[in-house]
Amino acid sequence: MAEFTLPKNSRIEKGEHYPAPSGATNVRSFKIYRWSPDDDKNPHTDTYDIDMDNCGPMVLDALIKIKNEIDPTLTFRRSCREGICGSCAMNIDGTNTLACTKGVDECKGDVAVYPLPHMSVVKDLVPDMTHFYAQYASVEPWLKTKTPVSLAAERLQSKEDREKLDGLYECILCACCSTSCPSYWWNSNKYLGPAILLQSYRWLADSRDEATGERLDSLEDPFKLYRCHTIMNCTNTCPKGLNPGKAIGEIKKMIAERSL
Amino acid sequence: MQKERPLSPHLSVYKPQITMVLSITHRIMGSFLAISTPVLIYWLMAIASGPETYAELQAVFSHWFAKLFLLAWAFAFFYHMCNGVRHLFWDAGKGYDMENLYKSGYVVVGVASVLTLITVIVALNGGV
Repeated sequence: MAEFTLPKNSRIEKGEHYPAPSGATNVRSFKIYRWSPDDDKNPHTDTYDIDMDNCGPMVLDALIKIKNEIDPTLTFRRSCREGICGSCAMNIDGTNTLACTKGVDECKGDVAVYPLPHMSVVKDLVPDMTHFYAQYASVEPWLKTKTPVSLAAERLQSKEDREKLDGLYECILCACCSTSCPSYWWNSNKYLGPAILLQSYRWLADSRDEATGERLDSLEDPFKLYRCHTIMNCTNTCPKGLNPGKAIGEIKKMIAERSL
Repeated sequence: MQKERPLSPHLSVYKPQITMVLSITHRIMGSFLAISTPVLIYWLMAIASGPETYAELQAVFSHWFAKLFLLAWAFAFFYHMCNGVRHLFWDAGKGYDMENLYKSGYVVVGVASVLTLITVIVALNGGV
Protein backbone atom coordinates (compact mmCIF):
# COMPACT_ATOMS: atom_id res chain seq x y z
CA MET A 1 0.00 0.00 0.00
CA ALA A 2 1.23 3.45 -0.84
CA GLU A 3 2.46 5.45 2.15
CA PHE A 4 3.01 9.01 1.05
CA THR A 5 4.64 10.28 4.22
CA LEU A 6 7.83 9.14 5.89
CA PRO A 7 7.68 7.02 9.05
CA LYS A 8 8.49 8.85 12.29
CA ASN A 9 12.08 7.61 12.54
CA SER A 10 12.74 8.80 8.97
CA ARG A 11 11.56 12.43 9.21
CA ILE A 12 14.37 14.76 8.26
CA GLU A 13 15.52 17.37 10.76
CA LYS A 14 17.73 20.43 10.43
CA GLY A 15 21.42 19.73 10.78
CA GLU A 16 24.72 21.59 11.04
CA HIS A 17 26.14 24.28 8.81
CA TYR A 18 29.81 24.24 7.84
CA PRO A 19 30.78 27.61 6.30
CA ALA A 20 33.36 27.99 3.56
CA PRO A 21 36.88 29.15 4.43
CA SER A 22 37.13 32.95 4.53
CA GLY A 23 38.22 34.54 1.30
CA ALA A 24 36.46 31.98 -0.90
CA THR A 25 34.70 33.72 -3.79
CA ASN A 26 33.19 30.83 -5.75
CA VAL A 27 31.07 29.16 -3.07
CA ARG A 28 28.40 26.50 -3.58
CA SER A 29 26.32 24.99 -0.78
CA PHE A 30 25.74 21.25 -0.54
CA LYS A 31 22.76 20.14 1.53
CA ILE A 32 23.47 16.52 2.36
CA TYR A 33 21.32 13.84 4.00
CA ARG A 34 22.93 12.37 7.10
CA TRP A 35 21.94 9.44 9.26
CA SER A 36 24.08 7.29 11.47
CA PRO A 37 23.10 4.03 13.19
CA ASP A 38 25.45 4.91 16.05
CA ASP A 39 23.59 7.82 17.67
CA ASP A 40 20.01 8.59 18.70
CA LYS A 41 19.35 11.26 16.08
CA ASN A 42 16.78 11.24 13.31
CA PRO A 43 18.00 11.80 9.75
CA HIS A 44 19.05 15.42 9.17
CA THR A 45 20.58 17.53 6.43
CA ASP A 46 23.98 19.11 6.99
CA THR A 47 25.00 22.05 4.82
CA TYR A 48 28.59 22.34 3.60
CA ASP A 49 29.77 25.47 1.81
CA ILE A 50 32.49 24.58 -0.66
CA ASP A 51 34.98 26.82 -2.44
CA MET A 52 34.54 25.58 -6.02
CA ASP A 53 37.83 27.21 -7.08
CA ASN A 54 39.42 24.51 -4.97
CA CYS A 55 37.26 21.57 -5.98
CA GLY A 56 36.71 19.33 -9.00
CA PRO A 57 33.68 19.94 -11.23
CA MET A 58 31.51 16.95 -10.34
CA VAL A 59 29.22 16.41 -7.35
CA LEU A 60 31.35 13.40 -6.42
CA ASP A 61 34.44 15.65 -6.29
CA ALA A 62 32.64 17.84 -3.76
CA LEU A 63 31.57 14.82 -1.68
CA ILE A 64 35.14 13.51 -1.62
CA LYS A 65 36.43 16.97 -0.69
CA ILE A 66 33.96 17.16 2.20
CA LYS A 67 34.97 13.71 3.42
CA ASN A 68 38.70 14.48 3.14
CA GLU A 69 38.76 18.01 4.48
CA ILE A 70 35.66 18.75 6.56
CA ASP A 71 33.84 15.70 7.84
CA PRO A 72 35.43 12.23 7.55
CA THR A 73 32.25 10.59 8.85
CA LEU A 74 30.35 11.41 5.64
CA THR A 75 29.54 8.02 4.12
CA PHE A 76 28.84 7.23 0.48
CA ARG A 77 29.71 4.60 -2.13
CA ARG A 78 32.02 5.43 -5.01
CA SER A 79 34.50 3.59 -7.13
CA CYS A 80 35.21 4.26 -10.79
CA ARG A 81 34.41 8.02 -10.87
CA GLU A 82 33.56 7.73 -14.58
CA GLY A 83 29.99 6.45 -14.75
CA ILE A 84 30.65 2.78 -15.34
CA CYS A 85 30.40 1.16 -11.89
CA GLY A 86 27.10 2.66 -10.70
CA SER A 87 28.23 2.87 -7.07
CA CYS A 88 27.64 6.59 -6.53
CA ALA A 89 23.97 6.56 -7.60
CA MET A 90 22.03 9.03 -5.45
CA ASN A 91 19.34 11.68 -5.59
CA ILE A 92 20.99 14.96 -6.61
CA ASP A 93 19.09 18.19 -7.22
CA GLY A 94 15.80 16.30 -7.18
CA THR A 95 16.51 13.48 -9.62
CA ASN A 96 18.47 10.25 -9.44
CA THR A 97 21.85 10.16 -11.12
CA LEU A 98 25.51 9.28 -10.65
CA ALA A 99 27.43 11.78 -8.52
CA CYS A 100 30.52 11.24 -10.69
CA THR A 101 28.90 12.31 -13.96
CA LYS A 102 26.68 15.08 -12.56
CA GLY A 103 28.35 18.47 -12.84
CA VAL A 104 27.88 20.87 -9.94
CA ASP A 105 27.16 23.57 -12.54
CA GLU A 106 24.14 21.54 -13.75
CA CYS A 107 22.45 22.11 -10.38
CA LYS A 108 20.62 25.29 -9.48
CA GLY A 109 21.08 26.92 -6.06
CA ASP A 110 21.95 24.69 -3.13
CA VAL A 111 22.91 21.22 -4.28
CA ALA A 112 20.60 18.83 -2.43
CA VAL A 113 21.99 15.32 -2.06
CA TYR A 114 19.87 12.45 -0.73
CA PRO A 115 20.21 8.67 -0.89
CA LEU A 116 18.28 6.84 -3.62
CA PRO A 117 14.59 7.39 -2.77
CA HIS A 118 12.40 5.00 -0.77
CA MET A 119 15.23 2.72 0.28
CA SER A 120 16.33 1.49 3.66
CA VAL A 121 19.34 3.61 4.70
CA VAL A 122 22.47 1.88 6.00
CA LYS A 123 24.26 5.18 6.68
CA ASP A 124 24.14 8.67 5.14
CA LEU A 125 24.01 8.21 1.35
CA VAL A 126 24.34 4.42 1.41
CA PRO A 127 21.09 2.54 0.75
CA ASP A 128 20.60 -1.17 1.41
CA MET A 129 20.61 -2.82 -2.04
CA THR A 130 19.98 -6.39 -0.81
CA HIS A 131 16.39 -6.56 -2.02
CA PHE A 132 17.25 -4.99 -5.39
CA TYR A 133 19.99 -7.57 -6.00
CA ALA A 134 17.70 -10.40 -4.88
CA GLN A 135 15.16 -9.22 -7.44
CA TYR A 136 17.91 -9.21 -10.06
CA ALA A 137 18.82 -12.80 -9.17
CA SER A 138 15.14 -13.76 -9.45
CA VAL A 139 15.08 -13.12 -13.22
CA GLU A 140 17.95 -15.61 -13.63
CA PRO A 141 20.20 -13.24 -15.58
CA TRP A 142 22.25 -15.74 -17.49
CA LEU A 143 22.11 -17.49 -20.84
CA LYS A 144 19.82 -20.51 -20.74
CA THR A 145 20.03 -23.05 -23.56
CA LYS A 146 18.67 -26.47 -24.39
CA THR A 147 20.39 -27.22 -27.69
CA PRO A 148 23.72 -28.81 -26.97
CA VAL A 149 26.81 -27.39 -28.67
CA SER A 150 30.36 -28.60 -28.57
CA LEU A 151 32.29 -27.09 -25.68
CA ALA A 152 34.85 -25.92 -28.19
CA ALA A 153 32.31 -23.95 -30.22
CA GLU A 154 30.78 -20.56 -29.61
CA ARG A 155 27.06 -19.86 -29.79
CA LEU A 156 26.97 -17.64 -32.81
CA GLN A 157 24.75 -14.63 -33.32
CA SER A 158 24.16 -12.54 -36.43
CA LYS A 159 25.13 -8.87 -36.39
CA GLU A 160 21.44 -7.96 -36.57
CA ASP A 161 20.60 -10.13 -33.58
CA ARG A 162 23.52 -8.70 -31.64
CA GLU A 163 22.25 -5.19 -32.37
CA LYS A 164 19.02 -6.03 -30.54
CA LEU A 165 21.03 -6.01 -27.30
CA ASP A 166 22.24 -2.44 -27.81
CA GLY A 167 20.68 -0.16 -25.22
CA LEU A 168 20.25 -3.15 -22.89
CA TYR A 169 23.70 -4.55 -22.16
CA GLU A 170 24.98 -1.09 -21.14
CA CYS A 171 22.88 -1.10 -17.96
CA ILE A 172 25.13 -0.88 -14.90
CA LEU A 173 22.42 -1.70 -12.32
CA CYS A 174 22.89 1.57 -10.44
CA ALA A 175 19.17 1.50 -9.50
CA CYS A 176 18.60 5.17 -10.41
CA CYS A 177 15.60 4.19 -12.56
CA SER A 178 13.95 1.77 -10.13
CA THR A 179 14.19 4.23 -7.24
CA SER A 180 12.76 7.05 -9.41
CA CYS A 181 9.62 5.03 -10.10
CA PRO A 182 6.61 5.88 -7.89
CA SER A 183 5.17 2.46 -8.65
CA TYR A 184 8.38 0.87 -7.31
CA TRP A 185 8.21 3.12 -4.24
CA TRP A 186 4.77 1.77 -3.33
CA ASN A 187 5.17 -1.84 -4.47
CA SER A 188 8.86 -2.75 -4.44
CA ASN A 189 8.07 -5.86 -2.42
CA LYS A 190 6.33 -7.41 -5.44
CA TYR A 191 7.03 -5.21 -8.47
CA LEU A 192 10.44 -5.86 -10.04
CA GLY A 193 11.00 -2.26 -11.15
CA PRO A 194 12.51 -0.84 -14.35
CA ALA A 195 16.16 -1.86 -13.86
CA ILE A 196 15.42 -5.53 -13.24
CA LEU A 197 12.82 -5.65 -16.04
CA LEU A 198 15.30 -4.10 -18.49
CA GLN A 199 17.79 -6.78 -17.44
CA SER A 200 15.11 -9.40 -17.88
CA TYR A 201 14.39 -8.11 -21.40
CA ARG A 202 18.12 -8.23 -22.16
CA TRP A 203 17.81 -12.06 -22.00
CA LEU A 204 14.41 -12.17 -23.69
CA ALA A 205 15.86 -10.22 -26.62
CA ASP A 206 18.94 -12.44 -26.91
CA SER A 207 18.67 -14.70 -29.98
CA ARG A 208 20.86 -17.32 -28.25
CA ASP A 209 18.64 -17.67 -25.19
CA GLU A 210 16.19 -20.58 -25.34
CA ALA A 211 14.15 -19.95 -22.19
CA THR A 212 11.96 -17.14 -23.54
CA GLY A 213 8.71 -18.96 -22.72
CA GLU A 214 9.67 -19.75 -19.12
CA ARG A 215 10.98 -16.22 -18.62
CA LEU A 216 7.69 -14.71 -19.83
CA ASP A 217 5.69 -17.18 -17.70
CA SER A 218 7.46 -16.05 -14.56
CA LEU A 219 6.81 -12.37 -15.34
CA GLU A 220 3.13 -12.84 -16.12
CA ASP A 221 1.48 -11.96 -12.82
CA PRO A 222 -0.31 -8.82 -11.57
CA PHE A 223 2.75 -7.36 -9.85
CA LYS A 224 6.19 -8.31 -11.19
CA LEU A 225 5.69 -6.66 -14.58
CA TYR A 226 2.27 -5.05 -14.73
CA ARG A 227 2.80 -2.56 -11.88
CA CYS A 228 4.53 -0.55 -14.60
CA HIS A 229 2.04 2.15 -15.58
CA THR A 230 4.33 3.78 -18.14
CA ILE A 231 5.06 6.69 -15.80
CA MET A 232 8.46 6.93 -17.54
CA ASN A 233 10.44 8.53 -14.70
CA CYS A 234 12.88 5.67 -15.29
CA THR A 235 13.88 6.65 -18.81
CA ASN A 236 13.83 10.31 -17.81
CA THR A 237 16.45 9.76 -15.12
CA CYS A 238 18.73 6.98 -16.49
CA PRO A 239 22.29 8.34 -16.24
CA LYS A 240 23.35 6.04 -19.09
CA GLY A 241 20.63 7.30 -21.46
CA LEU A 242 18.95 3.89 -21.68
CA ASN A 243 15.22 3.27 -22.01
CA PRO A 244 13.90 0.86 -19.35
CA GLY A 245 10.33 2.05 -20.04
CA LYS A 246 10.58 0.87 -23.63
CA ALA A 247 12.11 -2.45 -22.57
CA ILE A 248 9.14 -3.04 -20.24
CA GLY A 249 6.78 -2.12 -23.11
CA GLU A 250 8.52 -4.73 -25.28
CA ILE A 251 8.02 -7.42 -22.61
CA LYS A 252 4.31 -6.54 -22.37
CA LYS A 253 4.12 -6.79 -26.15
CA MET A 254 5.83 -10.19 -26.18
CA ILE A 255 3.32 -11.51 -23.64
CA ALA A 256 0.40 -10.07 -25.63
CA GLU A 257 1.70 -11.41 -28.93
CA ARG A 258 2.31 -14.97 -27.77
CA SER A 259 -1.33 -15.34 -26.74
CA LEU A 260 -2.60 -14.21 -30.16
CA MET B 1 20.70 -2.56 20.20
CA GLN B 2 21.01 -0.91 16.83
CA LYS B 3 18.20 1.50 15.99
CA GLU B 4 15.89 0.81 13.08
CA ARG B 5 17.05 2.00 9.68
CA PRO B 6 15.14 4.97 8.25
CA LEU B 7 13.40 5.04 4.88
CA SER B 8 15.06 7.49 2.51
CA PRO B 9 12.82 10.40 1.41
CA HIS B 10 10.94 9.96 -1.87
CA LEU B 11 7.96 12.18 -2.86
CA SER B 12 9.20 15.02 -0.66
CA VAL B 13 12.59 15.30 -2.39
CA TYR B 14 11.95 14.05 -5.94
CA LYS B 15 11.57 17.02 -8.27
CA PRO B 16 8.19 16.73 -10.07
CA GLN B 17 8.86 15.44 -13.58
CA ILE B 18 6.46 16.03 -16.48
CA THR B 19 6.41 12.25 -16.92
CA MET B 20 5.11 11.55 -13.42
CA VAL B 21 2.81 14.61 -13.27
CA LEU B 22 0.98 13.59 -16.46
CA SER B 23 0.71 10.02 -15.22
CA ILE B 24 -0.79 10.88 -11.82
CA THR B 25 -3.12 13.38 -13.54
CA HIS B 26 -4.35 10.54 -15.75
CA ARG B 27 -5.15 8.47 -12.65
CA ILE B 28 -6.81 11.33 -10.80
CA MET B 29 -8.93 12.22 -13.84
CA GLY B 30 -9.87 8.56 -14.31
CA SER B 31 -10.98 8.25 -10.68
CA PHE B 32 -12.87 11.52 -10.91
CA LEU B 33 -14.72 10.30 -14.04
CA ALA B 34 -15.56 7.00 -12.37
CA ILE B 35 -16.86 8.70 -9.22
CA SER B 36 -18.96 11.16 -11.23
CA THR B 37 -20.64 8.51 -13.37
CA PRO B 38 -23.86 8.81 -11.27
CA VAL B 39 -24.17 12.39 -12.51
CA LEU B 40 -24.16 11.09 -16.07
CA ILE B 41 -26.78 8.51 -15.14
CA TYR B 42 -28.89 11.22 -13.48
CA TRP B 43 -28.63 13.29 -16.65
CA LEU B 44 -29.65 10.39 -18.94
CA MET B 45 -32.54 9.41 -16.65
CA ALA B 46 -33.74 13.00 -16.51
CA ILE B 47 -33.83 13.10 -20.31
CA ALA B 48 -35.64 9.74 -20.47
CA SER B 49 -38.28 10.75 -17.90
CA GLY B 50 -39.65 13.64 -19.92
CA PRO B 51 -39.64 17.43 -20.11
CA GLU B 52 -40.49 18.14 -16.45
CA THR B 53 -37.63 16.21 -14.90
CA TYR B 54 -35.37 17.59 -17.60
CA ALA B 55 -36.34 21.12 -16.63
CA GLU B 56 -35.48 20.27 -13.02
CA LEU B 57 -32.08 19.06 -14.13
CA GLN B 58 -31.52 22.23 -16.12
CA ALA B 59 -32.21 24.22 -12.98
CA VAL B 60 -29.65 22.20 -11.02
CA PHE B 61 -27.05 22.50 -13.78
CA SER B 62 -27.45 26.26 -14.01
CA HIS B 63 -25.91 26.66 -10.54
CA TRP B 64 -22.33 28.03 -10.76
CA PHE B 65 -20.91 25.10 -8.83
CA ALA B 66 -22.56 22.60 -11.17
CA LYS B 67 -21.10 24.50 -14.12
CA LEU B 68 -17.66 24.38 -12.56
CA PHE B 69 -18.10 20.64 -12.01
CA LEU B 70 -19.15 20.13 -15.65
CA LEU B 71 -16.11 22.10 -16.80
CA ALA B 72 -13.83 19.88 -14.71
CA TRP B 73 -15.71 16.84 -15.97
CA ALA B 74 -15.24 17.90 -19.61
CA PHE B 75 -11.50 18.43 -19.12
CA ALA B 76 -11.13 15.16 -17.23
CA PHE B 77 -12.98 13.35 -20.01
CA PHE B 78 -10.88 14.80 -22.83
CA TYR B 79 -7.59 14.46 -20.93
CA HIS B 80 -8.29 10.85 -20.05
CA MET B 81 -9.33 10.09 -23.62
CA CYS B 82 -6.28 11.75 -25.24
CA ASN B 83 -3.84 10.23 -22.76
CA GLY B 84 -5.57 6.90 -23.30
CA VAL B 85 -4.68 7.16 -26.98
CA ARG B 86 -1.11 7.91 -25.89
CA HIS B 87 -1.18 4.70 -23.87
CA LEU B 88 -2.41 2.79 -26.94
CA PHE B 89 0.65 3.96 -28.87
CA TRP B 90 2.88 2.77 -26.03
CA ASP B 91 1.09 -0.58 -26.02
CA ALA B 92 1.96 -0.84 -29.72
CA GLY B 93 5.59 -0.22 -28.78
CA LYS B 94 5.79 3.32 -30.14
CA GLY B 95 6.73 6.72 -28.72
CA TYR B 96 8.95 5.68 -25.81
CA ASP B 97 11.92 7.94 -26.60
CA MET B 98 12.26 10.98 -24.37
CA GLU B 99 11.71 13.49 -27.19
CA ASN B 100 8.42 11.95 -28.34
CA LEU B 101 7.38 11.35 -24.74
CA TYR B 102 7.55 15.05 -23.96
CA LYS B 103 5.96 16.00 -27.30
CA SER B 104 3.03 13.61 -26.93
CA GLY B 105 2.55 14.79 -23.35
CA TYR B 106 2.25 18.42 -24.41
CA VAL B 107 -0.04 17.44 -27.31
CA VAL B 108 -2.36 15.60 -24.90
CA VAL B 109 -2.61 18.62 -22.58
CA GLY B 110 -3.05 20.97 -25.56
CA VAL B 111 -5.69 18.93 -27.37
CA ALA B 112 -7.63 18.24 -24.15
CA SER B 113 -7.64 21.99 -23.37
CA VAL B 114 -8.80 22.94 -26.87
CA LEU B 115 -11.58 20.32 -26.86
CA THR B 116 -12.69 21.53 -23.42
CA LEU B 117 -12.73 25.11 -24.67
CA ILE B 118 -14.79 24.12 -27.73
CA THR B 119 -17.23 22.28 -25.46
CA VAL B 120 -17.57 25.33 -23.23
CA ILE B 121 -18.19 27.64 -26.20
CA VAL B 122 -20.78 25.28 -27.68
CA ALA B 123 -22.48 24.86 -24.29
CA LEU B 124 -22.61 28.60 -23.62
CA ASN B 125 -24.19 29.12 -27.03
CA GLY B 126 -27.04 26.76 -26.20
CA GLY B 127 -25.65 23.56 -27.69
CA VAL B 128 -25.35 22.31 -31.25
